[in-house]
Amino acid sequence: MNAATETLRFVRAQEVDAAPPPNLVRGPLAWIRENLFSGPVNTILTLIALYLIYILFPPIIRFLFIDAVWTGSNRDACRPDTAGHAVGACWAYIWSKLNYFIYGSYPAAERWRVNLFFLLLAVGVAWMLWLDAPKRAWGAVYFFAVFPILAFVLLTGSDWLRLSHVPTSLWGGILVTIVVSTVGIVFALPLGIVLALGRRSKLPIIRIFSVIFIEFVRGVPLITVLFMANTMLPLFLPEGVTVDRLLRPLVGVAIFASAYMAEVVRGGLQAIPKGQYEGAMSLGLNYWQMNVFIVLPQALKIVIPGIVNTFIGLFKDTTLVAIVGIFDLIRTIEASRVDPNWSAPTINATGYAFAAMFYFVFCWGMSRYSIAVERRLAAGQHR
Amino acid sequence: MPTIAEQAPARASLLYDPKVRAIAYQVVLTVVVVGLIYTAASNAVANLRAARIASGFGFLNTTSGFDINQTLIPYSAAGSTYGEAFIVGLLNTLVVAVIGIFFATILGFTVGIARLSKNWMISKLAMVYVEVIRNLPLLLQLLFWYVAVLAALPGPRQAVNVGDMFFLSNRGLLLPAPILHTGARLIPAAFVIGIVATIVFARWARRQQEATGRQYPVGLTAVGLILGLPILVWLLIGLFVGNPITFDVPRLQGFNFRGGMQVFPEFVALLVGLTTYTAGFIAEVVRAGILAVSKGQTEAASALGLRPGHILRLVVIPQAMRVIIPPLTSQYLNLTKNSSLAVAIGYPDLVQIFMGTVLNQTGQAVEVVAITMAVYLTISLLTSAVMNVYNRRMAIVER
Repeated sequence: MNAATETLRFVRAQEVDAAPPPNLVRGPLAWIRENLFSGPVNTILTLIALYLIYILFPPIIRFLFIDAVWTGSNRDACRPDTAGHAVGACWAYIWSKLNYFIYGSYPAAERWRVNLFFLLLAVGVAWMLWLDAPKRAWGAVYFFAVFPILAFVLLTGSDWLRLSHVPTSLWGGILVTIVVSTVGIVFALPLGIVLALGRRSKLPIIRIFSVIFIEFVRGVPLITVLFMANTMLPLFLPEGVTVDRLLRPLVGVAIFASAYMAEVVRGGLQAIPKGQYEGAMSLGLNYWQMNVFIVLPQALKIVIPGIVNTFIGLFKDTTLVAIVGIFDLIRTIEASRVDPNWSAPTINATGYAFAAMFYFVFCWGMSRYSIAVERRLAAGQHR
Repeated sequence: MPTIAEQAPARASLLYDPKVRAIAYQVVLTVVVVGLIYTAASNAVANLRAARIASGFGFLNTTSGFDINQTLIPYSAAGSTYGEAFIVGLLNTLVVAVIGIFFATILGFTVGIARLSKNWMISKLAMVYVEVIRNLPLLLQLLFWYVAVLAALPGPRQAVNVGDMFFLSNRGLLLPAPILHTGARLIPAAFVIGIVATIVFARWARRQQEATGRQYPVGLTAVGLILGLPILVWLLIGLFVGNPITFDVPRLQGFNFRGGMQVFPEFVALLVGLTTYTAGFIAEVVRAGILAVSKGQTEAASALGLRPGHILRLVVIPQAMRVIIPPLTSQYLNLTKNSSLAVAIGYPDLVQIFMGTVLNQTGQAVEVVAITMAVYLTISLLTSAVMNVYNRRMAIVER
């Protein structure tokens, strides 16, 4: 027994040579090997990705920049037969139609009013979205009460201020897109809060009405709501009352967005611990005081990312008003791309590329903002 | 001075009694809602009478008098009714939704898994796809596919030709049309039998494994049964009776194609647009679901000695699916609802046929809007009812 253990004992008599240093653990080459060519499967995936990049990106870059036509006054600049070279995007067409894309047929002399509206909107949005802005409560009052009235007077005109009247049939382009989405958010958020409170109410009838409204609207496509607003709203009003063509889809969008907003807000309300409600009640606050001073400020803060995401969806959905005949950005592009003065092969694609850039910049910017807020709100959770 | 105990219990005035108030609020709300509905309805009745528009659902039995290019049931402008036009539209909506859901799921899962790939280039490509697709309006994407891509394709004479069988041109996609002969029905029957047999075999194999520990090749058997059985039936019929399915291949004659099966460009554009758009959202759902399974689960599974394939199949995927399925269903519903954007590019779906043409011809806005909304509502509510049952079954049972 002892002998056996003796023979198994092993003591190293001399040092082994040091192992060779692993080649390339840092530096760009090592990174490439680690992330792109670490095995046969990975190498094949990289080659597939390179092939996809090769077939996708050069044509896009050639279309947008290299072959693009930047100047010109009519279709001759953008037709390969007259221009004498391959033609990509025809930016000259966008440039010549830019005012139409932004203002629609809004009278040229009055366009400063639209610009002022954009400025007022930017102030309101910045005030609301900048979390450290001074006096944010006043910002909310401005955005949800003062600004809508100002914007309405500014855009439609008033005799008292000697602003000439501009019928909504002349509005168009980015102006309408912005108006529809602003009206959507300005009405949807308060309505959504009321609906969310209603859905969590202890009173059965109020709860049932809220649930029916929310589930009904969320169960049907926006386009049917818009058709309904377009055809049925005039029916529901007394004879002789006409509804503005632009107002109808606005009502539809506000109703639609408020149902989605209600569900977002409800998520925030559910996240507030019960102790907050009990604490507020033990202080003797009534229902509205409890919600306005204790619950909603906390609930709305945690759902800012959800609200922004809903708004991104709303902003994209405003394009659907084009289907019911409202001249938003998409409709102005659809109308101008058939202009014989600019009839060239790439006009369609150029128009869509322009709209795509517009929507992408706004939606992507908002989604970055929402991610940043999310990270900031979660900062306290990290240890 | 009376102590608190001696005081009579404070009788709050009726105005401050919470129970009375609760009832009062609900009565007021009911009165307001009913009043609004009543006013709207009576105005609608008066307006409709003034405009001399008929009411009721009788129009569903009147002859429609308009043509539809894509019909899954026999339909003609002269002989069919508005009711049949409704069925055609409903079927077209369902067809594009079902095929769209199928492809969007495949593409969405691929992109979602690609975003989590260790390969930097693949994950960045997937990220670019998701960001671009999700940040552009669907309507814009549909118009892009329809106007800028499909309408820009060459005409039938210069059509993209794949093996003299498939032709892609600005008239849409032309495929060989199958023609069924005697015995052709046995092939789908064999397919169904294959599926049933696979299910039976899989359950038997599982019971065997639980009892004895022996494993059977379920996957290979499934492929053999589901694919092999119909092919075998096809070959047998072909040998003894004659080929049960022949194909009518489209041929170019003059300026257009003859024969074959035409898939209209509107359908192609709508399908491609809906698929790529929804896939972007499904990719995010899948990514979130997989990330939601904690790393400890994978580590514990490998500590138990499971192989990577088994870890994925037995530990990660069942838990990820619990997170993925609810938002996935809502994406499926979104796709179905978004198919109503067909109206923008002229695909004859429910909204285009019913809320477009039928509404314009009859003017019966209330009935038409009510029927259309009822269809979408039914689909949504049915799906969410099924989802609730599923969620209850899948929910983690806590002690």
